[in-house]
Amino acid sequence: MDNQVQQKLPLAFLHGQAVTEKPTDLYIPPDALEVALEAFEGPLDLLLYLIKKHRLDILDLSVSSITEQYMQYVDLMKEIKLELAAEYLVMAALLTQIKSRLLLPVHKELEEEEADPRAELVKRLQEYEQFRKAAENLDDIPRVGRDIHIAKALIDESDLQAPLFPDVDMKELLLALSDVMARAETFNHHQITAEVLSTRARMSEILDLLSQSSEFVPFEQVVICEKGRAHVVVSFIAILELVKEQLIVLNQSDINSLIYIKIKE
Amino acid sequence: MLKRISDEQVMELIEAAVFVSDKPLTSDHLKNTVFDEFNISTKRLKSCIEQLQMHYETRAIRLVKVGSGYRFQACSSLSPWLNKLWQEKRPKYSRAFLETLSLIAYRQPITRGEIEHIRGVAVNSQIIKSLVERNWVKVVGHKEVPGKPALYATTKQFLDYFSISSIDELPPLPENQAQKIEQMLNQPQEVD
Repeated sequence: MDNQVQQKLPLAFLHGQAVTEKPTDLYIPPDALEVALEAFEGPLDLLLYLIKKHRLDILDLSVSSITEQYMQYVDLMKEIKLELAAEYLVMAALLTQIKSRLLLPVHKELEEEEADPRAELVKRLQEYEQFRKAAENLDDIPRVGRDIHIAKALIDESDLQAPLFPDVDMKELLLALSDVMARAETFNHHQITAEVLSTRARMSEILDLLSQSSEFVPFEQVVICEKGRAHVVVSFIAILELVKEQLIVLNQSDINSLIYIKIKE
Repeated sequence: MLKRISDEQVMELIEAAVFVSDKPLTSDHLKNTVFDEFNISTKRLKSCIEQLQMHYETRAIRLVKVGSGYRFQACSSLSPWLNKLWQEKRPKYSRAFLETLSLIAYRQPITRGEIEHIRGVAVNSQIIKSLVERNWVKVVGHKEVPGKPALYATTKQFLDYFSISSIDELPPLPENQAQKIEQMLNQPQEVD
């Protein structure tokens, strides 16, 4: 019993094997790989990840092992048919080129002319690393809404400056209204209706009226001004018409005296 | 005839004006609006702002200078609790977004191609569009190279957002071990 207690307790069991040591690197299950690969911001990011994973200094870039690692990832990307961005392939080509150049023996005379093929890549990696860190720093800077809240006070509305627009007098308002009304008037539609009073009907009425008395009827009793303009006009026309048709006779004793109307016998 | 005004009154007016203004206020703007009828020098105005800043040092509110002027803001140490006033989570920015923004901030004016060269990947148009829409980044010109690519730079609103008054106040770029590169090149390592 004591012996067992002394033994290191396994952290977990993997495929029936006890795991006692914590893994030194993240284990990425194949189906999660797609997500993991998408997390890389391009080939430089992937290279930096690989360099860090193997605890290498960028400056001591071991092109051979990094190229191998890099190609493994690119192959994985192909395997899961992840749309392989062209940038990854360009980087693969560059790594292979550097590797092949480093394998070739260096001519003593040419040594000074030929720069280290890794130099350009290291420079780019460093520059990218610089901005990768800068981006992280930028994310840490306090920012409005997350770490900074703007303080604000309100002005009492009643203390605000008098309205910029003068008050409108009621008189002015009414004047404006009457102005508009006057103009609106010109847009009125005038409905021209058929004559309400028929001359023929009035002629019958007049004959009817006159027939009720055999005597002369004063003009004013037939043409009644109180009944309105239209009535007067129609009645007058009716009388003229009746005279023309010789159904009635008009009589006037004197100029300026009353005119009388009578049915013609 | 310009009126005279005491320092206390100047400070009161600055305090109230900055508090009620919708946007940060610059000292020039203050001078031309709130103080236009008073005889007050820029130097005196600045010294009054400083006194006011000192006055707030012990309070939960600070008078700070950001890109587009002065504004009051809550002490950032109180933010964890203040954040509870708002239900929704503030958006997190993607790495691509932050890397592009830092490149524009530190290397401005910069073209899209230069950003792409350093990052090693194509810049997502959506990121540039969103930075421009937020008014953090603007086109300040066009580079005299074929295609005349737009040159991007940060704006005052970008400074306001990060509560700084100039780009110099951004954290310095992480050390680029340029010297080490030289050293490495002078002593080439063996291929392993």
